[in-house]
Amino acid sequence: MQPFNVSRRTFLEATALGGFAALTPRLLLANANTDSRLVVVILRGALDGLAAVPPYADGNYARARGELAITSPQLKLDGMFGLHPSLELLHARYAAKELIVLHAIASPYRERSHFDGQDLLENGTTHPHGRDGWLNRTLRTLPQRAARDQLAVALAQNVPLVLRGEAPVNSWAPSRLPATDTDTLQRIADLYSTDQYFASRLQAALATDSIAGGSMMGDGKRDPLGAFGTLMSSAGKLLAATDGPRIAVVEANGWDTHANQGAERGQLANRLRSLDLGLDSLRTSLGTAWKTTAVLVVTEFGRTVAVNGTRGTDHGTATCAFLVGGAVAGGRVIADWPSLAPASLYQSRDLRPTTDLRSVFKGVLASHLRVSESALEATVFPDSRGAQPLEGLVKA
Amino acid sequence: MSFDAVIATNRFGLGARPGEMAVAASAPREWLRKQVAGKRELPTELKSVPSSAAAFDVYRQALQERRTARRTRDDKSKDDPVKQVMDSLRQRILPLYLDHVATRYRVATHTQESFRERLVHFWTNHFAVSADKPQVLALAGTLENEAIRPHLAGSFTEMLLAVEAHPAMILYLDNQGSIGPHSMLAERRVRRTGRQLGLNENLAREILELHTLGVSGGYTQADVTAFAHALTGWSVGGGPQEDATFDNDTGQFVFRGVAHEPGAQTILGKRYAEAGVDQARTVLRDLARHPATATHIATKLARHFIADSPPQGAVDRLAKVFRDSNGDLPSVHAALIDLPDAWVQTPQKFKTPHEFVVSTFRMLDFIPVQPPQIIAPFQLLGQRPYTPGSPAGWSDIASQWDGPDALLNRIEWSSELAAHTGKRSEPLKLGDTALGVALTDRTRQAIARAESAAQGITLLMASPDFQRR
Repeated sequence: MQPFNVSRRTFLEATALGGFAALTPRLLLANANTDSRLVVVILRGALDGLAAVPPYADGNYARARGELAITSPQLKLDGMFGLHPSLELLHARYAAKELIVLHAIASPYRERSHFDGQDLLENGTTHPHGRDGWLNRTLRTLPQRAARDQLAVALAQNVPLVLRGEAPVNSWAPSRLPATDTDTLQRIADLYSTDQYFASRLQAALATDSIAGGSMMGDGKRDPLGAFGTLMSSAGKLLAATDGPRIAVVEANGWDTHANQGAERGQLANRLRSLDLGLDSLRTSLGTAWKTTAVLVVTEFGRTVAVNGTRGTDHGTATCAFLVGGAVAGGRVIADWPSLAPASLYQSRDLRPTTDLRSVFKGVLASHLRVSESALEATVFPDSRGAQPLEGLVKA
Repeated sequence: MSFDAVIATNRFGLGARPGEMAVAASAPREWLRKQVAGKRELPTELKSVPSSAAAFDVYRQALQERRTARRTRDDKSKDDPVKQVMDSLRQRILPLYLDHVATRYRVATHTQESFRERLVHFWTNHFAVSADKPQVLALAGTLENEAIRPHLAGSFTEMLLAVEAHPAMILYLDNQGSIGPHSMLAERRVRRTGRQLGLNENLAREILELHTLGVSGGYTQADVTAFAHALTGWSVGGGPQEDATFDNDTGQFVFRGVAHEPGAQTILGKRYAEAGVDQARTVLRDLARHPATATHIATKLARHFIADSPPQGAVDRLAKVFRDSNGDLPSVHAALIDLPDAWVQTPQKFKTPHEFVVSTFRMLDFIPVQPPQIIAPFQLLGQRPYTPGSPAGWSDIASQWDGPDALLNRIEWSSELAAHTGKRSEPLKLGDTALGVALTDRTRQAIARAESAAQGITLLMASPDFQRR
């Protein structure tokens, strides 16, 4: 077997030269007319915004949060908010005016199911169970180009809802298996050639694998978010390539902190550290492309203001979000703060949402990817007139 | 040989083993019906795996060592005794998990009743726990053997009651720490320490949303909170709670009356009088009989056996049988066999990673000896056993796992496995074993032209014929 066990990259070169039409990789966005990169990081499980971005100066915070309150954060943002001590590298981005912190923010979803909450966050409408995602619909509004199908990639074996839909997209995750030999792959490609479902997936997977670096595998073992750091640095490599994709989606699980959440240290602190490191790996692997990048970090909803019976928090409503990147007009907090006074809470238990996440999405798509207002309203976020795009999120 | 035998063994069953297609072919529906009726003894292999109580005891002992280590921690010492104990905790728990998983897949590979076994897997996934924390890692595999298998010939109500009282579920959804705010325990604690104990609504919410009514089943936040009140006290004996009253019931369900919220609760408009442990049991019985539960279960079954978007008629039929039989599972399972939609010749379902690996093991009549090698392909393909990551379990909708990279991983695992088993097998014969008349001429030809047996098996495993059911 050994002589045939070539890497997928070699395989691509061989097939391109050999003229195997079925498997010739399409040029990846060879004629892209934008340099702007967008990364969407989805934190699944509902990140506790009151821990990630503690409103330390809110007079009700310490009382309402009890043992989980972070009342004097080292990493201050302004006179009201700080960053969790695990988010040191992110704080450096704030100092470099590349980070916008958003707070008291939520999607239009007002129930407390993770699955419906994520569904709605990703499909971008006001009802769960949509069939496609807002980022996929965004792809359809961008100018037609030869290789539009390679414009977006999910750093996962499978494509999350936000990227699913009519526009073809790609997915890639590190593999630990040796690559299959060229001849066998060609025969499988031939076998698939009458079955579009399989043929399109195989072709897309092979094309992406050649840039991201084949079966390279980082050390994700001590990373509480799994291989998040590895995925983020792979995302950076893919987006940095001149002929690579321009949009990437990365997911991280493990934010559902019902028990023993911890404050400055503990479970949630470890996950935030992993998030912090991952975001920085993305920055370094992007190299100079960081300058044209915006990264959105979002979660399905927040958590209860009060601590529950197991030193954790239950499903809530509003939370925080981050927008970071060289292209971001950062160094500020955007929050219409509703206060944590008992009378101000949503349903007497949650941080009240005052900003619609779709306003951020729309603001980023409009100014960063130049999606037209009519496309935003009609195609990407239907029924979102109430959520006006936030302006000035991205450097002019 | 007909397509019905292919459908019986591959769509209803877990994939045909050598010779199985011929057995099923004489009367495919009858072959399936025999599998759903009546009780079965626990398969022999499963009798020797650690019970939840035994697994919990391993976990508890390690926890006690950690507490001791904490007390004796010497801050100046370089070696952190707590860390050492945590490492050994994992080392002691991991073999339990490996044992549970390996046994599960040995049974799945060898069983002669693979429709029944698929149903076991279906229900375990419906009532999913995820081994993301040490205590659940130890116990994840026990829920299937202790709460699912014994009730497959009974009613949904009995299965539901067994699952929600199972230590793995209680620990996974944190109910052991959910304390009634006005319970004796909470009031004593406030008096002594000033610390307020309270609810954790996780279990209550997921029972309503995932196990019974479904997310659109018409319940409110107030129902979740009231149900969480009713469930306070549902706990596991010998846990790290402060009182050691239940040490004799280590790792078993206990009702801690001192933690239970006193008083009546109103859920979905109905008042449930205070009745200790029976208060939540009565709620569960009512939830099991709620029409929304019938529709929710019927939709999931139809999606699993027919298509990702199943025809409404099939869902309605299953829901009706569920309601009319009061959730009698053999009746509901038999109703699946009677659905014409389930016998459509063209395969509608793309196999999940789990189904792909199991059907491969069955086709090859081969499963690795070492547990880590059994688990490896599931993990590589994205479905490490008992780690769906959420109580919703693994999805039955292909768009959740059919990304391009996932397909390439399947191909790579196929070629890796074929390289190891290829010399022993004849690929075309394997194709006939697994797919019978459903092996298309196109795939047959590709296999026949392969340069080696290993390549032939890779092509067979990668083929759309084998990837779908």
